[in-house]
Amino acid sequence: MRVRVEITRRPEIADPEGNTIRRALRDLGHRVSEVRVDRVIHLDIEGDDRAEITAAAERMCREVLANPVLEDFTIEVPS
Amino acid sequence: MKIAVIQFPGTNCEHDVVEAVNGAGGKAELVWHRATDLSGFDGVVLPGGFAHGDYLRTGAIARFSPVMAEVSGMAGAGLPVLGICNGFQILCEAGLLPGAFIANRDLAFICRFVEVEVTSTDSILTGAALVGQRLRIPLNSYQGNWVDPTHSGKVVLRYVGDPNGSQDGAAAVANERGNVVGVMPHPERAADELLGSDHGRILLEGLLQAPAAV
Repeated sequence: MRVRVEITRRPEIADPEGNTIRRALRDLGHRVSEVRVDRVIHLDIEGDDRAEITAAAERMCREVLANPVLEDFTIEVPS
Repeated sequence: MKIAVIQFPGTNCEHDVVEAVNGAGGKAELVWHRATDLSGFDGVVLPGGFAHGDYLRTGAIARFSPVMAEVSGMAGAGLPVLGICNGFQILCEAGLLPGAFIANRDLAFICRFVEVEVTSTDSILTGAALVGQRLRIPLNSYQGNWVDPTHSGKVVLRYVGDPNGSQDGAAAVANERGNVVGVMPHPERAADELLGSDHGRILLEGLLQAPAAV
């Protein structure tokens, strides 16, 4: 089952890359007030039990995929 | 003092560290990251580079290398554990030091000498230096911007100026006991006048004078 994990930087943590992109967009005349760059990871997880797969993806996020100091995560499992 | 210098795939400062530690009177030895026994060593250094390609996040994969269980054990036992640059990032990912790293404020890879000031001598890195002492040491990093929302890290070296946006100007951070330290600039690259500065030497001497268990 293909799971989509989105890793987002907490709002209070600076995003130097997002700030640079925002400046470039504004230079081009776009009225953008904030840019945040997040990360999406697709995982093909073996099995077909949605609850088990969600729990497994959550463990992976806590252990490795997200840094708890900086980031939050959301998990989308197809229905 | 026998120091293990850990070599991960992608580490690139290990030979400089061995040279500098030996030059400062220690006995350094390269140890591959898959080692599971560091019992013959009095301390450990995680050198700079790009361990495991810095994939996912800097230090995120290195933290799971087999040797890290031993490094963690040494940290818990009060033995000196020093992370330089990428090694600092690994120690944060491993939870042995507080905080995490993000890209430098101006998104520039900074590679130049910087000046740092000793703010505490209560650590295995700064034990031989004096509070207020200024040292000229090369900085060489892109993800050098340290963030610590818990404010629990003890800053032992602070940048003079603000090259990268690091919180509290932190260039080196220690744990409460002072036996685990991460330093972003490279003391081993300033270990001899020939390299443009020998100011890093006093930091390595601090490491080598550290008591066996703090």
